[in-house]
Amino acid sequence: MSTRTFGTRIKRNIDPKFLRGEGSYVDDINLPGALHAAFVRSPYARAKINHIDIQDAIKKDGVMAVYTCDNIGELDIELPLLIPHDCMKDARTQRPLARDDVFYVGQAVAMIVAVNRYVAEDAALLVDVDYDPLPVEVDIEKAVLDGAPLVHATHPNNIAADLVQISGDPEAAMAKAAHVTKISVEVERSTAAPMETRSVAARFDNVSGELTVWDGTQAPLTVRGGLASIFGIDEDKVRVIAPDVGGGFGQKVMFPYPDELLVPMAAIQLGYPVKYIEDRRENFIGSNQERKQVHNIELYATKEGEVIALKDFFLHDTGAFIPYGIAIAQVASTSIAGPYRIPNIHVHFQAVYTPTITITPYRGCGRPQACFAIERAMDKLGDELGIDRFEIRRRNLIADDQFPYPREGLLFADGLRVTMDSGQYHRALDMIQEKIGAKDFDSMQAQARQEGRHLGLGLAFYVEGTGLGPYEGGHIKIHPITGKVYVNTGLSGQGQGHDTVFAQIVADQLGVSVEDVILTEGDSGAFDWGVATFASRAAVVSGNAIHKTAKIVRKKTIMAAANMLEVDEDQIELRDGQAWVIGSNRCVSLAAVATATNPLRYAFNEAAKAATQFAPASKHDGPALDEGQAPGLEATDYFSPSCATWAYGVHAAIIEVDELTCTAKILKYVLIHDCGNMINPTIVEGQVMGGLAQGIAGTLYEKVEFDEDGNISNANFVDFLVPYATEIPPVEIYHLETPSPLNPLGVKGVGEAGCIAVGATIASGLADALQDFNKPKFHSTPITPSMIYEVMRNGPGR
Amino acid sequence: MKPSLFDYLTPSSITEAAKAMHDNPGAMVIAGGQSLVPALNFKLAGPSMLIDILRIPDLDTIHIDDTEIVVGARVRHCDIEGNQEIGRVHPILQEAMAYVAHAPIRNRGTVVGSICHADAAAEMPLMLVLNDGYVTAASVDGSRTIVARDFFKFHMTTSRKSHEIITAAHFPLPVAGSGYSFQEFARRSGDYAVAAIGTLMTLNSAGSVDSIKVAGCGIAACPIRLDAVEEAVAGTALSDNDLDSAVQALAEYVTAPDDMHATNDYRKYLAGKLLSKSLVEAKERALERVS
Amino acid sequence: MMKTVRKLASVKDVDPTRKISLTVNGQAVEREVSVRMLLSDFIRHELGLTGTHVGCEHGICGACTVIIDGKSSRSCTMLAVQADGIGLRTIESVADENGGLHPIQQAFQDCHALQCGYCTPGMIMNVLSEFESTTKIDTSDEGIRELLSGNLCRCTGYANIVEAVRTAAERLGKS
Repeated sequence: MSTRTFGTRIKRNIDPKFLRGEGSYVDDINLPGALHAAFVRSPYARAKINHIDIQDAIKKDGVMAVYTCDNIGELDIELPLLIPHDCMKDARTQRPLARDDVFYVGQAVAMIVAVNRYVAEDAALLVDVDYDPLPVEVDIEKAVLDGAPLVHATHPNNIAADLVQISGDPEAAMAKAAHVTKISVEVERSTAAPMETRSVAARFDNVSGELTVWDGTQAPLTVRGGLASIFGIDEDKVRVIAPDVGGGFGQKVMFPYPDELLVPMAAIQLGYPVKYIEDRRENFIGSNQERKQVHNIELYATKEGEVIALKDFFLHDTGAFIPYGIAIAQVASTSIAGPYRIPNIHVHFQAVYTPTITITPYRGCGRPQACFAIERAMDKLGDELGIDRFEIRRRNLIADDQFPYPREGLLFADGLRVTMDSGQYHRALDMIQEKIGAKDFDSMQAQARQEGRHLGLGLAFYVEGTGLGPYEGGHIKIHPITGKVYVNTGLSGQGQGHDTVFAQIVADQLGVSVEDVILTEGDSGAFDWGVATFASRAAVVSGNAIHKTAKIVRKKTIMAAANMLEVDEDQIELRDGQAWVIGSNRCVSLAAVATATNPLRYAFNEAAKAATQFAPASKHDGPALDEGQAPGLEATDYFSPSCATWAYGVHAAIIEVDELTCTAKILKYVLIHDCGNMINPTIVEGQVMGGLAQGIAGTLYEKVEFDEDGNISNANFVDFLVPYATEIPPVEIYHLETPSPLNPLGVKGVGEAGCIAVGATIASGLADALQDFNKPKFHSTPITPSMIYEVMRNGPGR
Repeated sequence: MKPSLFDYLTPSSITEAAKAMHDNPGAMVIAGGQSLVPALNFKLAGPSMLIDILRIPDLDTIHIDDTEIVVGARVRHCDIEGNQEIGRVHPILQEAMAYVAHAPIRNRGTVVGSICHADAAAEMPLMLVLNDGYVTAASVDGSRTIVARDFFKFHMTTSRKSHEIITAAHFPLPVAGSGYSFQEFARRSGDYAVAAIGTLMTLNSAGSVDSIKVAGCGIAACPIRLDAVEEAVAGTALSDNDLDSAVQALAEYVTAPDDMHATNDYRKYLAGKLLSKSLVEAKERALERVS
Repeated sequence: MMKTVRKLASVKDVDPTRKISLTVNGQAVEREVSVRMLLSDFIRHELGLTGTHVGCEHGICGACTVIIDGKSSRSCTMLAVQADGIGLRTIESVADENGGLHPIQQAFQDCHALQCGYCTPGMIMNVLSEFESTTKIDTSDEGIRELLSGNLCRCTGYANIVEAVRTAAERLGKS
């Protein structure tokens, strides 16, 4: 057997291409004759449209077409509600181009198609829209009050959805509790800000009737299905390709953004390819955001600190529309009890419309908010009971022998009951206590205090439901001439290294080198059954699908090779691209086996000639292909997880507050994470570190700032503070591998892990560092220097 | 985010440029473009014409004599950074320069361009104000100089007349034996200052403050000399009490309202801390010069 | 699907143009360009060198970083007409003519210092220009992070990029 690559730190196949600047992102794709789109976007958060005058725009030299709601025909509809749920009444979704009303600054009102983007933008300025602005309320706590301006007249108090979930008997447990801790926390809105903005290009072939769309999306198959359905074209005539994509982080999983429909429409109508490359300002005002929630959380505990009930009520800002349903709020509400037993839970949320850009998932998808709520509350509980932060958690963590641990009454985003399937929570806590140096910290802190320095230790645990269904697929084929292995799956990558990780899975089964496994994903022309890349699911779902498929191909290969080498199957091993008789030098190349299993063969190359030197690949009598037998070494299989598999981890940090600047200096940041078996630890660490940086960004730097009229006042990289390398500290990452019992590879997702616990960890550390200053709460993020100054300004309290 | 259309001119002399500025009221000068091109891309600026000074000779020189450093309009930030003579005779310029954006921007952007752009939180306008510097303005009416105090009016607003071209910035040399210190805090590396303080001082033989110049940026509507701070520390030994007085005197100058990056209260506090640090370091360096 | 009568647009480019001459990756290039065309668009669409990426068009993210006359520069905050007479290098000039990776590029791969690859060309051009203009690189954590500041990356969290720069500096004898 070849050396197993699963679990090893193989370098990525794809890197040389990217390093040489040979990536192929949507705007790099050369489409001769392409026209370019630009949008007229609403400058008002809420307004009536009285009139749109496009005459000057249409007349401009170089303008091919100007579209409004009045000339896009069947596309002038309220777009689909992607994820319905009973708790939403009359869910509102937007139109591709606004009709009669605009609901957020940035909403698309008209689309210009012109010879180039410069001219298209010139023409956009010539479109004259007559608006009547309406009153707005962007603060969700005010938006739900009587008398607040309504985003939609159909929704009193701006409530889009209202859902209560109950696990156990919280009423009874609350009544019995000896102690209650109540806090209110707030997480502010942020945006994914991938380095590549959104992008879509389309070309319609009049002769074949085929529409080809290149879309920087995380969901090419969803886009394909949606386009075929909305445009009334056969699916086989619609091909959607997600080429190289410059980061997604959830922002690119939503479908459809208006441009994803309008650009293909224009390509079909105008007979030219059309490209829309979103600019950075548009990404801030026209691409979806996430994070704003306000939680009122209560922990009901015994006097020993065992939490017997949890009650949480939260408001979730859903923006002006709710096409993605309650997914984020649902993920938050099912993560609210974190890694703790807490057998009785009452979690209630209201999704609130505000006249702002629509909310859809951003890495973490509600988990960071839930983690912030429960972890800040646990800190407070421990503080009130005089139990230290490690111990209060220790007393509540789910124990190893309690798995699988169900939370009846809580349904995860897949509609299935939450079950924490596996983990070693106590071990993780012990590990982090040791790695952060908790034992020595108290004296370090006391010493620092004497020197007038403020040092704190922060701690937060998180859980992450990952790998949800419904399914993904894999297709594998060994090429008869080269012996290379071609692999397909339906979801797509935005930098996660699927080409290498999936190649490792296949290489282990087929005994080939990782470099000889070639993945094509995210292209409906290559493989068109699947869902999308989101919610930390690619390794679990596509990985296992590819694994199952590889096992089938392996079996076929061994059977054919055994026939060709005239031995029993259990005497065959696959290694170095050959099938060997164990303990001998006799072998046949996979290329030859693939050739031999295709009865129609011409000996036009070495592999084919070689194949003729062996016994037939198949031992049956009669026709070349037996009943049920397929030519070649090829298979397709699927993996449909029974439910989500729960990853987890714990973060700790030692933080010093710089008195001069009132900033948090992270002196040491340690994290333990457990995503089950790791296919490639280097890629796992890359995902964790990337998520962590976004967590730091959201905790100390980033906030989408709205003025009272609903304008985003920091729709640029000057004022929206995405951190550079100088703002991110070094981090120590430790792994635990508790295999998931829910899939053959024993893997769990890790894409979002890094960001979930950062806010709570840093807030915890700052509260500890500044406890002498009247025990500051740090119950909101981001935490700015001005806020730290407010805590410190009057000096230490009594 | 693409620029709206403009006419583009590359005059070969200041006279030609000045005439074009006069004839085209909507014209703007482009040098490095590191502030102007982003403004064009955001369509915050929509000039009818860009007058590019890249062909005009003699604007790319740094001239140093025994009274001042003259920086021509095409001198880039990186030219100041790498200039050994400046490092010797006026090091605070280089100390401030390290905070200007990032290297690629300093490699194209110009000192005069930054001064004309006049962001209230930018380092080079602060340097002009700190040093009692001035600019030379050329137009069809001839040439005039404008001192820093009169030049900066508000954030991104100067007293340059719309038909004038700034051809040079003049930074008087510090008094012999000066200590110096530039202190800044920005939210991220390279960002505009939340607050920044520059100090130049000499000490008398008793070790007390003899000459003193202190200025700040990021704290008000434009870069500002802190006259009351200078009064508070002149002639003192910069004891802790003197530093407290200086910080108190600073307060009235911190007028920037609460914004997304800082509250006024925090900015006052921060500027005070930077001021103390700046005064102390300038004094230490002045002492080193003496010894 | 609604059909409209197709209106033929005039494709005449109404922008005033200028002729520019420059060298690009060692090759002499002459083009006539719209006076308002950004250098980044010139590089990508006029020259077809799509390795230089656009991330913000206001100079903050660094994805568009190139080397002009030996110094790193943003291409999104420059007009193509300002590039008349310059020597321009883009990411396409960094690997050798057989595609063999430069030591900086190799270090990036060895250290898993890229994920989606979008910020990578700009990151490499920044690092390359630093390496080519100094004999010694400060390879402390702070020193490297300072060198990298000015290039945003959203995928990696920077840790491996720091490691790659340190590795490259060591391999090239610059640490």
